[in-house]
Amino acid sequence: MSSNHYIQAFVHIKNETVSLHGNTLLAAPKTDFSTFSKTAYKELGTKYPKFFKMDRLSKLAFLAADVLLKNDKDPQENTAIVLSNRASSLDTDMKHQNTIADAANYYPSPAVFVYTLPNICIGEISIKHKLFSENSFFIFDRFNANYLFDYAESLLKTKKASKVLCGWVEVDAGNYEAFLYLVSDTGAIKHTIKEITRLYKL
Amino acid sequence: MSDLKQELKEKIIEQLNLEDVAVEEIGDNDALFGDGLGLDSIDALELIVMLDKDYGIKLSDPKEGRKIFESVEVMANYISEHRTK
Repeated sequence: MSSNHYIQAFVHIKNETVSLHGNTLLAAPKTDFSTFSKTAYKELGTKYPKFFKMDRLSKLAFLAADVLLKNDKDPQENTAIVLSNRASSLDTDMKHQNTIADAANYYPSPAVFVYTLPNICIGEISIKHKLFSENSFFIFDRFNANYLFDYAESLLKTKKASKVLCGWVEVDAGNYEAFLYLVSDTGAIKHTIKEITRLYKL
Repeated sequence: MSDLKQELKEKIIEQLNLEDVAVEEIGDNDALFGDGLGLDSIDALELIVMLDKDYGIKLSDPKEGRKIFESVEVMANYISEHRTK
């Protein structure tokens, strides 16, 4: 499938580092995700008190999306979101399981339970940035540039969206990694599978 | 009673992840929902679980929470009267 679209912007969050277009925005000391995400929230000027109520997957997706979208000079409410990962919401699923494993101490937390689906992070992004378009969250064995490319192209070519926020957002067993990119009609990098793969590996 | 109110403020901040709120910023009679602390419906459910887990109070009707969670003062009075642990 050929494309007339571009990767307008991209962001990575991994190893206590946030980078936009490959340029480091924040490099924090080695720490756990909870501490890092608080540092990133403050240092990146994120203003959204409900951030602290989110689970780790949503915090990661939210931080990455916020960097991209608040730097977008032409924001469109008709921006679709297509995210993916390997572990789904397992990080929070296990946290929820721990609250219901003991019948004598059975106190499931509503605030934890609401995050036991991976696509909740898309809702958090959509609420903050007032996005009303299509959204999907896919589970793959590994980063799947082909699938994300085809899906984003389909949304753009059928006019279901004017921009698509795509990428990978993974939290599992203490590890985390986010790579999000924004596909639109303008930009310096052609929207191709080869470029998506190259940027992911930066 | 003042110890219980202090305890409730600390629990509300910790369990509802109110990261940018300090204990001294919550007045005894401040509204917890709406224009006050701005808590939402999930927070209300979380407070219902807290009443059960920490004070042995089971609310059979979640709508009861509307009155009980009006403020820390009202919560503390209700807990003092109904707690089983």
